[in-house]
Amino acid sequence: MQGANYFWNYVPLLLQILAAAGLGAGMITASWFLGRHRNTKAKLDAYECGVPVEGDARGRFSVRFYMVAMLFILFDVEAVFMLPWAVIYRELPKISGSRLFGFWEMLVYLGFVLVGFFYIWKKGILDWSADKGDL
Amino acid sequence: MTDVAQVFRILPEVILTITGVLIMLGEPLLAKNASRKPLGWLAVLGTLAALFASFWQLQLPAGTAYFGTVQTDAFSVFFHVLIAGIVLVTLLVTLDAAGRDAESLGELFALMCFGAVGMMLMSCATELLLVFVGLEISSISTYIMAAFRRKSAKGPESAIKYFLLGSFATAFFLYGIALIFGATGTTDIPQIAGLLSTSQVPVFGVIGMAMILIGIGFKVSAVPFQVWAPDVYEGAPSPVVGLMSTAPKAAAFAVLLRVLYTALPALHSHWQPLIWWMAALSMTFGNLGALRQQNIKRMLAYSSIAHAGYLLVAFTALSPDGIAAASFYAASYAVMNVGAFAVISHAGGMDDRLTLIQDYRGLAYRSPLLGGALAFFLISLIGIPFTGGFFGKFYVFASALHSGLVWLTIIGLVNSGIAVYYYLRPLVSVYSKPVHSDLLDGIPRVTVPLMFALLITIAGTLILGIVPGRVLALAKAGALTLQSTVSDTTTAVK
Repeated sequence: MQGANYFWNYVPLLLQILAAAGLGAGMITASWFLGRHRNTKAKLDAYECGVPVEGDARGRFSVRFYMVAMLFILFDVEAVFMLPWAVIYRELPKISGSRLFGFWEMLVYLGFVLVGFFYIWKKGILDWSADKGDL
Repeated sequence: MTDVAQVFRILPEVILTITGVLIMLGEPLLAKNASRKPLGWLAVLGTLAALFASFWQLQLPAGTAYFGTVQTDAFSVFFHVLIAGIVLVTLLVTLDAAGRDAESLGELFALMCFGAVGMMLMSCATELLLVFVGLEISSISTYIMAAFRRKSAKGPESAIKYFLLGSFATAFFLYGIALIFGATGTTDIPQIAGLLSTSQVPVFGVIGMAMILIGIGFKVSAVPFQVWAPDVYEGAPSPVVGLMSTAPKAAAFAVLLRVLYTALPALHSHWQPLIWWMAALSMTFGNLGALRQQNIKRMLAYSSIAHAGYLLVAFTALSPDGIAAASFYAASYAVMNVGAFAVISHAGGMDDRLTLIQDYRGLAYRSPLLGGALAFFLISLIGIPFTGGFFGKFYVFASALHSGLVWLTIIGLVNSGIAVYYYLRPLVSVYSKPVHSDLLDGIPRVTVPLMFALLITIAGTLILGIVPGRVLALAKAGALTLQSTVSDTTTAVK
């Protein structure tokens, strides 16, 4: 810790935040004062993109949409964990003191991923065109 | 210690993980309408093995493994055994209650095993990030378990409430870790103590400590982070409530003990008053809230808030006796509460048929065993001598008085008096003259798993109430391991 001076490093950041906020606020204020205000009924209505409202947005989606999204994120994240491992794989023996430590760790990890894959496969989650009333 | 032998330091976790994985593999292989009971018994076996593995760990010399992230000592063994015991009883109760009306039970059994792994990791981790991982494993498992009654409206409501508030609290906990890391440059619990005591305490450290307190305060449902508890307990299936009102709380208390006494003793002048207030408010609010409840699960939820308050009293004592009293109280509360929920689960089944206190009217005449067991656990929750509840309270208040916390002790004793009233209501109901009730007629025969569950919990309550010596000795040994880590650093808690 370099004491109070350390925080001076952040002054440019603070200035940037102030400039960004000031610019935004300034533009809105300026247009408010400079522009003309002619409020017709159409302008004051709630904003809609042209077409009349159709139905309720709070309808129900099939749970499969969420399943697919969730599985994607799961396997995505699992793959992400392999990247840092691959990057430092050669240094792992030095860090852990054992030659194959990193190898076995990843094997165990992949084993867990496989178990999860087996589970969702057998449960029929991947078979998502099949018509099942209730997943 | 050689590489491979390090596994022995996390043996109970490994056993439970393998059990959970086997159940997850077996679940989809079984026919859709086949009984899931074999998976449940597999989970029971795994939990028993983990229980014995935890006991066996006592023979290992206390020490760390995996780059100093886990530590096995008397303290971790105490909580490992406690958590494995709670999960064991819960599994037995689930096997009993779920026999008739259940789907996707396999997942429930697996989640209980995985949740136990998380909780055990929390109690043995000496690295804040591993604590966080354990907290997440245990929380996510309990969120899903809370949603198990997905066909009734209450189930998802309870799970969503629990999930949203819970993840918010976990975020606080993580932010607290980040700030402590910012203040000290490490997340290693024993190292934090040394770094904090040698220099001026940075303000970030104090804020980080407060954030961690918020995160854990939510998990143990201490006031002012208790709002979720009654709703969640009402909506979740009873066996699961028995589990999540005890095991994750015990694990969270273990984390709090380790963090406050090992990592942050230098900040005790900051956290002691906070915990004082949390304890006083939790006791008062929990007991006053329970007075008017008609639903027995809501009543036990408020009682669980109050018990968290009693437990926090021991935290403020700042002494090894206080740590031992807190550990002992966690065990005695767990045993009697899981027992009470075993009876409620059996009576109500997975879909909660009997929930009102008046539904239990005349239970003791229909089934002397169930009625008597429920009455016994309620007596223990009141804290009448010869039960675990009595000695738990006794040690907590003794350690508080010993440290000169007279006012907190008075508040606690007044609260114990208030609590008698609401525990007596179901007790009176159970022994009242029976009226004709379809609900009571619907209670099935007592099954073998339930017999075992009741046997374990009743015996546990009696042992803690009559011969608490050995359990207390283990709790004290655990307290001393925390304390010795404290005395390694330059400033010890007074």
